[in-house]
Amino acid sequence: MTEIRLEGVTKRFADFRAVDALDLTIPDGSFFVLLGPSGCGKTTTLRIIAGLEMPTEGRVFLDGEDVTRLRAGKRDIAFVFQLFALYRHLNVRRNIAYPLRSRGVPRAEVRRRVEEVARMLRIEHLLDSRIGRLSGGDRQRVALARAVVRRPRAFLMDEPLGTLDAEFRELMCEELRGLHDRIGATTVYVTHDQIEAMRMADLIVVMNLGRIEQLGSPQELYHRPASTFVARFIGSPAMNLFPCEILEEGHVPVARLAGLPLAGLAAPPEVAEAILGIRPEHVRIDDSSAMRGEVVAVEYLGARQVVTLAGPFGVLKLRAPNTLRLAFGDRLGVAFDPAAVVWFDAGGRRLEAARSRERAGG
Amino acid sequence: MSALDQARSIVEPTPFSRRLAAVVILVYALVSSIPLAWIVATSFKTPSDAIAYPPKLVFTPSLEGYVNLFTARTRQTPEYLASLPPPETWYEELVRKRNMVITGPSRFAGRYANSLIIGFGSTFFAVFLGTLAAYAFSRFRIPLKEDLLFFILSTRMFPPIAVAIPVYLMYRQLGLTDTQLGMIILYTAVNLSLSVWLLKGFIDEIPKEYEEAAMVDGYSRLQAFRKVVLPQAAAGIAATAIFCLIFAWNEYAFALLLTSGLAQTAPPFIPNIIGEGGLDWPAVAAGTTLFLLPVMIFTIILRRHLLRGITFGALRR
Repeated sequence: MTEIRLEGVTKRFADFRAVDALDLTIPDGSFFVLLGPSGCGKTTTLRIIAGLEMPTEGRVFLDGEDVTRLRAGKRDIAFVFQLFALYRHLNVRRNIAYPLRSRGVPRAEVRRRVEEVARMLRIEHLLDSRIGRLSGGDRQRVALARAVVRRPRAFLMDEPLGTLDAEFRELMCEELRGLHDRIGATTVYVTHDQIEAMRMADLIVVMNLGRIEQLGSPQELYHRPASTFVARFIGSPAMNLFPCEILEEGHVPVARLAGLPLAGLAAPPEVAEAILGIRPEHVRIDDSSAMRGEVVAVEYLGARQVVTLAGPFGVLKLRAPNTLRLAFGDRLGVAFDPAAVVWFDAGGRRLEAARSRERAGG
Repeated sequence: MSALDQARSIVEPTPFSRRLAAVVILVYALVSSIPLAWIVATSFKTPSDAIAYPPKLVFTPSLEGYVNLFTARTRQTPEYLASLPPPETWYEELVRKRNMVITGPSRFAGRYANSLIIGFGSTFFAVFLGTLAAYAFSRFRIPLKEDLLFFILSTRMFPPIAVAIPVYLMYRQLGLTDTQLGMIILYTAVNLSLSVWLLKGFIDEIPKEYEEAAMVDGYSRLQAFRKVVLPQAAAGIAATAIFCLIFAWNEYAFALLLTSGLAQTAPPFIPNIIGEGGLDWPAVAAGTTLFLLPVMIFTIILRRHLLRGITFGALRR
């Protein structure tokens, strides 16, 4: 069982800082997701943990042991690649057995463990098939089996579901999480798909430009994004963000959005402007509200529908009940759930003071 | 008949185009094998048949060309020949009929051995170094990579013989003229640019995840290279080796310039096999026939790989 720790890890490619002074502790036994857009450094971070890249600066620890200079093969970790990296000239059984045979495990033991793992991943019937005949999902299972069979200290996965179609991806998400819960080994999972991340992770770290934007549980990331970057990245549709003016009215700060005062919302003190963040499901349709917009798009999603409004405040998305009949051009008034509002400073960082006040108030 | 019945796939060849392709290939194969057939036939002719006009298509085969190729002979008077004991072997008998005796082996076997050592030696080094260099260029972040690759290619932008004089002077200074080592170094250097570029293409095609997976599974990079990359690059390596061998085997100009005795290869030697009253054509043809064999055998052995090498990209995923 393994805790993974990075200390001040930096990776430079020529002038480009792929990973920038990263400090990160991945708790033992957790399902840990590195999430971010492409080029944010998440894959480089994973490859540094694996030993496939050497950090320019900083150190990597596995269970407190400094492995920075240790080559990949000596770290006893498994890596699952997006393209599976299965050997086409070998059948399924020999592919799964490969890591054991390369370590000189006795034949009978190899056979026993391969069959055990195949049973666990429900691919026993495929053991003698050739790789070329397998579907994408089955290939992914074989790649997982090859990782699991060695019983490594940790699993590292680089967008392992990236090439699967949507339906299969959903199924594999469940299987992966189930597998993790049965084995209990630390799993570090890289993806750019926030839905995948939310679905499986114990902890998510959102990365941007080689740095950590936020580390937290899926719930924390969703409800308390540390920055507008996270707010936009997590959630589908993303959080609504509106720049507001903050004016003191009788020593109480009041936010104004497009000139309209937002009464009833606790605005952050001691700033002249701030960004208001609100999730689409926390926007209520309220015809008494002065904040009004015109319906410009309706996405019907079965259980809910996502409505896009355009108004003086800009563009706003809200989730409405599926029973509501709406047409383009309808004018709606909206109000925000005060407890769900998150404030960011003009630079995009969350305002802690506002948050604590809200907590005290709510 | 509806239009649908007449519709044809534009991807599948029609029976007519198949037959046309077969005819074109057959004609091409015939045309290219005529010189070869001519050489092989000439090697089995007697000297007079070889220069007969019009050329003889039907003739009594003789091994005289091969005997002459491998032996040195002198002409003797009939009285002296009569005083000799009867010939012990069939080839002595053949030579006696021409009023000659065998004085020893010719230098052909040695020249042929030189060709084998230099050809296969330089091919080995060109492919060995080329594979390692191509792997490094394909996988590592090397400063000035693009410039280095272009620099390597630029050695191919002039005919190698253009640098004959500097090479000659350099070799004389270093004592490498007329040595096998010198020729191996030279052909390796010329072939290296080809092998680096060809092999880089093949290795680029192999996803790096394969060896990374092997490295995570416990191999060192060198082990992963040997056990994962090399088997997958085998087709490309075979194709490259054939190209390198064909160049080194057939190279004439440098061999003529830099070798004369000890390290002379077969190409400058064969055309100078002198018989009585000029070139000994059957012996020249016999030498050429034997000279063709190694490359032919090598190509046939690696043919399967060669085909796979050409279709590699298409079959990969």
